[in-house]
Amino acid sequence: MSDERDTHQVPTPSLWPIGFAIGVACVLVGLVVSVPVLVVGALIALVFGFLWVRDLFTTRPVSSAEPGIDERPRAATVADLDAPVDRATFLSLSTIGVGALIGAGITLPPLGFAVLPSFDGEGIQESHANLGPITNFPEGQYVIATFLENPDQGEVSRRTAFIRNNGLTNDGVPSFTTIYSRCVHLGCPVQPNGPIDEEAKKDVNGVELRPVLAASFGCPCHGGLYNSEGNRQAGPPVRSLDRFEFSIVNGDLVLGRTFSVANVEGTGASARIAKYYKAYPGVHVDGVERFLYPIPTPGSTGN
Amino acid sequence: MAKTARRKQLESAALYPLDWVEERSGLVGYTKWFLFRKVPHDISWAQTLGAAALTAFLSQAITGVVLAMYYKPDPDKAYDSVVNITQDVTLGWLVRGMHKWGASVFIILLFFHMARTFLFGAYKYPRELNWVIGVLLLVSGMLEGFTGYLLPWDQTAYWATVVGINLNATAPFVGPFLAQFLQGGLNIGPDTLPKFYALHMLLIPGLIFALIGLHLYLVVRLGVTSPPWSKTAAGREREETGAREGLIRDPAVEGES
Repeated sequence: MSDERDTHQVPTPSLWPIGFAIGVACVLVGLVVSVPVLVVGALIALVFGFLWVRDLFTTRPVSSAEPGIDERPRAATVADLDAPVDRATFLSLSTIGVGALIGAGITLPPLGFAVLPSFDGEGIQESHANLGPITNFPEGQYVIATFLENPDQGEVSRRTAFIRNNGLTNDGVPSFTTIYSRCVHLGCPVQPNGPIDEEAKKDVNGVELRPVLAASFGCPCHGGLYNSEGNRQAGPPVRSLDRFEFSIVNGDLVLGRTFSVANVEGTGASARIAKYYKAYPGVHVDGVERFLYPIPTPGSTGN
Repeated sequence: MAKTARRKQLESAALYPLDWVEERSGLVGYTKWFLFRKVPHDISWAQTLGAAALTAFLSQAITGVVLAMYYKPDPDKAYDSVVNITQDVTLGWLVRGMHKWGASVFIILLFFHMARTFLFGAYKYPRELNWVIGVLLLVSGMLEGFTGYLLPWDQTAYWATVVGINLNATAPFVGPFLAQFLQGGLNIGPDTLPKFYALHMLLIPGLIFALIGLHLYLVVRLGVTSPPWSKTAAGREREETGAREGLIRDPAVEGES
């Protein structure tokens, strides 16, 4: 051994990292499989992680302890700090301080400008799309409605909704099923499975309406399948299809913001919809996984 | 006799500008330090993959700058400007093709380079930091791929980006915020394309240039590793590189043992 320095980087042999890795693996498996596995994995990882960290901080100095180590100059003590700051230290500290102030003054506004507009103002403004008279929506049949959610933004705001007129609820209120076409797996455009009646196609003030006999909805990207109420039947989606809030203004059907749906019980006018704030595709709104996404993004809650 | 004197005169005249620069900047010395290095005698083409990836990146940078002269990052004009570049602008098809296919070449070379480094054990002490920088370069390269994919603004670009952004959204805790930052609001909107364009051509390339600078500095400082089957490198005493002069703790403490 001509050069011991080559070996100084090698940590002392220890089993703790392996235990820690097993714990992390259990957590990952538990995320997919079950909660108890996750908890056990987290405990294992915590215990072994603690042992590992303790090892790093305790055994190192012991193994490298040599005579003379205590005679090295010590770091500043409390007594040193009581001494008045000398001129050179004061000047260098104040230069650094002024530099930091100028740096913050220059970088913070652009940083805010880069990040905040996505969560504030225009970026999250609410939009209302008028789909025209409700008489254009035959009862009990889906209509594919394609419209601009925000005409100011142009084509980039084009959305598709699957609208079904359910007639009246038991309370005598008009009922519509207003499904948003974006797959809740990763946001691809879901397609209705059934023949589209192209001859009955209508254009109402730029809103394209095409009746379709949709028994289910399928996503072309990764095979997500939903039933006629938007509930997941197969494939990777984590919840039911999102829906639009709607109102009826002067006999016109007006779509508001979108919201997320965990599950729909029943059908049509008597459906019970488990409604949540608008979550991103792939994000769980119910079940234990919802704790992975505790904070809704600004603009998604409707306030 | 006269010929050699003349030759000397010519040589000194030719070298004078170099000496002038060297005397005032030391740049000639730095260039020699950077380029004229000792390398193990048993290296092969495998060690050129890093330089190949660098070349691919420079090609992307040059073609990208030229494409930026004709591309319009506006949701209403982007697609038409790409069609214009491909079909009308002289040699546009070639430069756009170089940029489009070169992107894949760059990523593929990064992976080959990474595989070489891994299989040769070239990430080991004292080169761990350069491995970390290399991983950051790989991530930045992939971010370039992600942001650049949206720019043609066709159906493939749009839906691939929808899926990509929503993939980010599934990350625990921060995912939805990351997604909302990327698309600049609740949905992909008019600001998304210019944002991706700025990230693609200014922010991330700047980051990559800086990381490449660090990467190359460490390559030159630490030298090229011999392949694992090398007979000459094994057991050779390490040259003192002066790598410890900046250490804060005293290396003598370990040396005494």
